[in-house]
Amino acid sequence: MSHIGVDRWVEESGDRQEHHTGWTAPARRLFDKVRPGWRLAIFIALVSIYPLLVSQAGVRIGITVLVLAMLALGLNIVVGWAGLLDLGYVAFYGFGAYFYAVVSSDQLPAHWPTWVSIPVVVAATALLGALLSLPSRRLVGDYLAIMTLFFAQVFVEIVRNYSRLPGVETDITGGPNGITGVDPLSLFGFQFNTFSRNFYLLVALLALLIVSLHHINDSRTGRAWRALREDTLAAEHMTTPVNRLKMLAFAVGAAIAGLSGAIFAAVQVGVFPNNFLLVFLITVYAALILGGLGSIPGAIIGAIAVAFTPEILRSPGAAGWLFYIGVLALLLVVLKQRARLAAVIAGVVAFGYVFRMVALGIWDETILGTANDTLTGGILDGWLLILGEHQDVVTNYAFVLVIVGVLGVIVTKGWWRVAIFVPTIYLAVFVWENKLALQPSVTRQLLFGGVLMVMMAVRPQGLLGTRRVEIT
Amino acid sequence: MTPILEIKGLHKAFGGLNVVRDLDLVVNTGEVVSVIGPNGAGKTTLFNMISGIYEPDDGDILLDGASIVGFSPEQISNLGVARTFQTLRVFLNMTVRENVMAATYGATKTRMWQSALRTPAARREEDEVRRRAEEKLAFFGDRLMGYRWDQPAYSLSYANRRRLEIARAMATNPRLLMLDEPAAGMNPVETHEITGLIGRLREEAGYSILVIEHDMHVVEGISDRVIALDHGVKIAEGAFGDVAEDPAVIEAYLGYGAATK
Repeated sequence: MSHIGVDRWVEESGDRQEHHTGWTAPARRLFDKVRPGWRLAIFIALVSIYPLLVSQAGVRIGITVLVLAMLALGLNIVVGWAGLLDLGYVAFYGFGAYFYAVVSSDQLPAHWPTWVSIPVVVAATALLGALLSLPSRRLVGDYLAIMTLFFAQVFVEIVRNYSRLPGVETDITGGPNGITGVDPLSLFGFQFNTFSRNFYLLVALLALLIVSLHHINDSRTGRAWRALREDTLAAEHMTTPVNRLKMLAFAVGAAIAGLSGAIFAAVQVGVFPNNFLLVFLITVYAALILGGLGSIPGAIIGAIAVAFTPEILRSPGAAGWLFYIGVLALLLVVLKQRARLAAVIAGVVAFGYVFRMVALGIWDETILGTANDTLTGGILDGWLLILGEHQDVVTNYAFVLVIVGVLGVIVTKGWWRVAIFVPTIYLAVFVWENKLALQPSVTRQLLFGGVLMVMMAVRPQGLLGTRRVEIT
Repeated sequence: MTPILEIKGLHKAFGGLNVVRDLDLVVNTGEVVSVIGPNGAGKTTLFNMISGIYEPDDGDILLDGASIVGFSPEQISNLGVARTFQTLRVFLNMTVRENVMAATYGATKTRMWQSALRTPAARREEDEVRRRAEEKLAFFGDRLMGYRWDQPAYSLSYANRRRLEIARAMATNPRLLMLDEPAAGMNPVETHEITGLIGRLREEAGYSILVIEHDMHVVEGISDRVIALDHGVKIAEGAFGDVAEDPAVIEAYLGYGAATK
């Protein structure tokens, strides 16, 4: 029987998917070409030289990134694979951290050796995860999310307010003040008492975790998780004990969170209720979703992006770079035709000179201020209007106009879009240089939000995720 | 002939609506039994009770002489009852091969930690499961072969999704296979193919089969015995020819008085 002509379109659909298009295509092709084992090796090699290149503060940021990556991987099991919307995940992280802190400080007082405390913490968190998975037997989707969100809130409240155990004199959790003086990790007499040592410990654990999860995903358990995500009832009819697998997903995810929490507590030498608020849960979710739900490399890259971006944005110069690169990237993504791209860029340049000329013609040079000392200050002289007086008022109006312009870009098509892009981009640069570059703390959040929004608009499935189909 | 499935006095009501009433039904080993009836006759509810989604209000369901009432779908599927669904329920975002491999969960033993370490035993079982899945898919000729193994299930056509559901059910190693409208939504050529396929499922794979089907050509082509339901009551049972000419069946489909005209 001949295959030709049976349905060529379907047959070639794989090739169409493999053949990436757009500006990310070369990177994705390269990524696909490298085998998973080598990807990990390259990743570990790159990560391992990182501490040699940066200061202590840089290593500390690296630790944050690695802890976030571990958490994203754990959350990926529950949300990405088993498809259970767990908003209580941060409670497991907090539980692990507090458990470790309590048994490794003067709080009880107890100073358990690491080889005892870590396994106990991990096992206890897994048990808690299994326990809190019970609602998922009956609730899915939004309802499960609400229920688990409640757990997350309760955890913080308990830690803050109900810190006394019967028969124990001191506060167990330290209430709002948290616990300080937590022991560092120590194995076989080796103290993990510097940032670098903890960093490498985390790298090793992360590598182990990646390999294990990669294997599990492509195994009986991983398939069963995904099957119950796709269709719980059908999975149950195909010999899958769905309740046990939900519990397992929760428990394994929680165990990973517990381990991350314990290490976090040891590195920070303390734990505080504010470390485990919902904001942090959202950060973990942002990392996972940005990277691509269900993808292991996605969770890692998402964590790196989410944890690093705010740090990069701390310095105004780097923030400036990010801003201009972001604008350019946005243009590249939105305007796929080169002619339109060129038209917009030429238009923006021309618009700037004309705008400046007209403005200086109406008023005079007294309205000018001095350029801010950002990276781009020198280049933009003579093109951009940097205001002296009335800066606040004018830039506020301009800011609103930028938002109107962005909305205009969204609702229009073709050359209209090009036409609206020109003043919008000029105004955006104007607002940036006049206002936002001067207020890094505000800008940071704004830019970060913008980056996330643009990312999700461009690739809803995340950087390395695969698009999911839900029609039947 | 030994019965593999025996249903005695089965009753199910949803609120005040009696969906299945005092139903007796037997499927013998190696037999193909078709259940027909107009929409709302209680056919799918019957399937849902056998496969464990609903618990009957009254009556008994015996598999190999032992009651399975109150068992979960997972337990029942592990006892050798597999089914497909009227509204397709394949795992859309998994590959074709994974869909079938996922149905071997109950028959495999690898623990999660063994998978994580990829121990020799885990590897062996994984290879075995993969081989078995490919074998089940090969049952459908070149329809689900080759490049399609690694395609996501959502890329399949409707007819191929139906085939995939059957392959997935086969992977649970059933003895009783329940097919809920296997020919629904298929074109005449594919419908014809399904008729042949159900015959092969019995002859080559050795399943006893219970089918719900609306297409009378299919029913005629496959059935050893036909059972007609209307409003949850069995109105006729026997060979296709007898049931098709039964006045009660004609009335159920065409209305009161239609049989005498």
